[in-house]
Amino acid sequence: MAIRRRDFLKGAGLAAASLGLPQLARGAETAGIYDLERFGNARVLHLTDTHAQLNPVYFREPSVNIGIGEMAGRPPHLVGRAFLERFGIRPNSADAYAFTCLEFEKSAGRFGKLGGFAHLKTLVDRLRSDVGEARSLLVDGGDLWQGTGLANVMQGRDMVEVANLLGIEAMTGHWEFTYGEQVLRDNLERFKGEFLAQNVFLTEEAAFNDAIAFDKATGRVFKPSVIKDLGGHRVAIVGQAFPYVPIAHPKRFTPDWTFGIREEELQKHVDALRGHDKVDAVILLSHNGMDVDLKLASRVTGIDVILGGHTHDAVPQPIPVKNAGGTTLVTNAGSNGKFLGVLDLTLEKGKVGDVRYHLLPVYSELLKPDPAMAELIGRLRAPHVTDWSEKVATLDRLLYRRGNFSGPVDELICTALRTELDAEIALSPGFRWGVTALSGQALTMEDVLAETAITYPETYVQAMTGGQIKDVLEDICDNLFNADPYYQQGGDMVRAGGLSYTCTPTAAIGSRISDLKLGNGKALSANHRYKVAGWASINGQQGAPVWDVVGKYLRSGRTLPERLGYGVTLKGVEDNPGIAE
Amino acid sequence: MTTTTGPHPTRRLLLQGAASVALLGLGNLPFAPARAAANDKYPEDAFKQKNEADAIKALYGKTAEPSDKVKLDAPEIAENGGVVPISVTTTLDKVTSISFFVAENPNALAASYRIPDGTMPSVANRLKMAKTTKLTAIVEADGKLYSATKEVKVTVGGCGG
Repeated sequence: MAIRRRDFLKGAGLAAASLGLPQLARGAETAGIYDLERFGNARVLHLTDTHAQLNPVYFREPSVNIGIGEMAGRPPHLVGRAFLERFGIRPNSADAYAFTCLEFEKSAGRFGKLGGFAHLKTLVDRLRSDVGEARSLLVDGGDLWQGTGLANVMQGRDMVEVANLLGIEAMTGHWEFTYGEQVLRDNLERFKGEFLAQNVFLTEEAAFNDAIAFDKATGRVFKPSVIKDLGGHRVAIVGQAFPYVPIAHPKRFTPDWTFGIREEELQKHVDALRGHDKVDAVILLSHNGMDVDLKLASRVTGIDVILGGHTHDAVPQPIPVKNAGGTTLVTNAGSNGKFLGVLDLTLEKGKVGDVRYHLLPVYSELLKPDPAMAELIGRLRAPHVTDWSEKVATLDRLLYRRGNFSGPVDELICTALRTELDAEIALSPGFRWGVTALSGQALTMEDVLAETAITYPETYVQAMTGGQIKDVLEDICDNLFNADPYYQQGGDMVRAGGLSYTCTPTAAIGSRISDLKLGNGKALSANHRYKVAGWASINGQQGAPVWDVVGKYLRSGRTLPERLGYGVTLKGVEDNPGIAE
Repeated sequence: MTTTTGPHPTRRLLLQGAASVALLGLGNLPFAPARAAANDKYPEDAFKQKNEADAIKALYGKTAEPSDKVKLDAPEIAENGGVVPISVTTTLDKVTSISFFVAENPNALAASYRIPDGTMPSVANRLKMAKTTKLTAIVEADGKLYSATKEVKVTVGGCGG
């Protein structure tokens, strides 16, 4: 491992940005990659979508992340070489490994895993002490409490303890809501920071029944924002939770709450922070997803920076967006603890003078784990480690999930569902969390849970006509490729096992999906009923949890078919730089 | 589900003092003729029309022009297509009626409100939407028609990131 450090130093020179303009900030050969040049008078650190990955992980960035309409060819819809070129990252460098899918397996051997909260703790403490505690702030964009077996059995309590030790001062949420109101409130009692959401309101029925709300007059369930003093300047952090919680997840988890983007309420709130509270800066801590944030930034005025998440896009530089009031910078800070966003600000009276942003890959081999955090993680994991450490399989291929249409993890889940539940077709949700396993790596139940641990894991088998199957595919495809980002929900296309089809992302809803075929090559018939297996249904289901089904399949020791998926043929996006395959 | 005339008038509507006349509808529900009219008599023919253009023609006998003075609030994606909260306010003067059209419903005209002189032109309702649809609000002011539209997506849901 001694040569590792040299690899890293050669590859450093990560792109930094001042007001969105690219500039190479460091002499890579001489500076450690975490020695940031001092800039400005305040620092905001941003984590998002860590999905409770306490230990370092492998995570392959997508090779398919298509943008259409105005988003075509624009960040975050660049992958592979197009990504490297856009952000000035050297091929085969550590940063190329962290930010793209290129040479993933080879580079994984050179640069190792990323993330891990003990490593993050070391990095966060260092970056905060560089500028002084009183001038720095650590915020989390949500999806902190979900993504592992441990977080699922502890209902996020583990991550609250970790967040407190890490020093997270404000957060917003998405999967946090899937534990239901009571668990959410219990966890927030223990959380030392603030949970912020300007866009979660009581339903009219709940308001009438006097349900708990932060502000009864507006019906806001949570505090919308907090004002922090950073070196004598007042910085407002406004929370924007995932706008589509009751649509993307079972409504039963949040029956009393209504969400949405709530642009108008946001504008009013920002105006009040500026006009009444006289803040010097407004930062939106957002779980909208990057495309939604880019549109929002063009329409809402008075926000200096949007620290974004949800879509798991690791974007090295902020994207400047003009609006009627000036310019708003939009960022997105990746996922799974791989990256830490560092926003250095020059705060002045009533405004932000200048900005520099870094999205630092958290190379765990370059960071000494913080002993207190390592001890806490060990203690939290201890009661479950033996149950989950049993090896269930060793596979002969790279397993990753991320990608617009498919990935080997979901092909494996679909194959397990079809085999164990004896179904012709399987559907598996297009989640963007879930870590990567290298070829030949022993898989444990803990690994299986890291791809499946949710609060509605029940599997189902049901009869669906070919027409219904097409409608479901069309509906979900529109969540991904609607030309208007406000109509997108984030997440990727539902994965289909035992089924191939052609997709035309640029078409309108109802016309994107064609040429549906079964595994045997026979065309899907609109009126014929097929046996379909799946999981993560928004309607209540009774089947075994998906992790048991996948675990059973893997333990059976079957030889996997060489090719698991039947494939999606793409049409009309041949030159799109969101495709690297 | 509750409506503005249901047993539990909601607090928000009470606080807004929403346009007193109202009423409301899920397109194909029976109406109380005397209270629902845009023009004094119950517009039975308009409520029977299938598509939006025919319903507007039957109700008003003319067409509307888009106006940024009509503020239509509706979710981009409905949390429940069975009860989609929508509202309209306007800065236009001399408003005499406000109507809602759900283009993809079996009958496009969903509700029509008569606004008496001196009433704040602000109405809120919940509409049932069969599927993803264009929603149109029309404000009749000083004898002319002004409109705002928004697409409301009704989705099967699931599979969020």
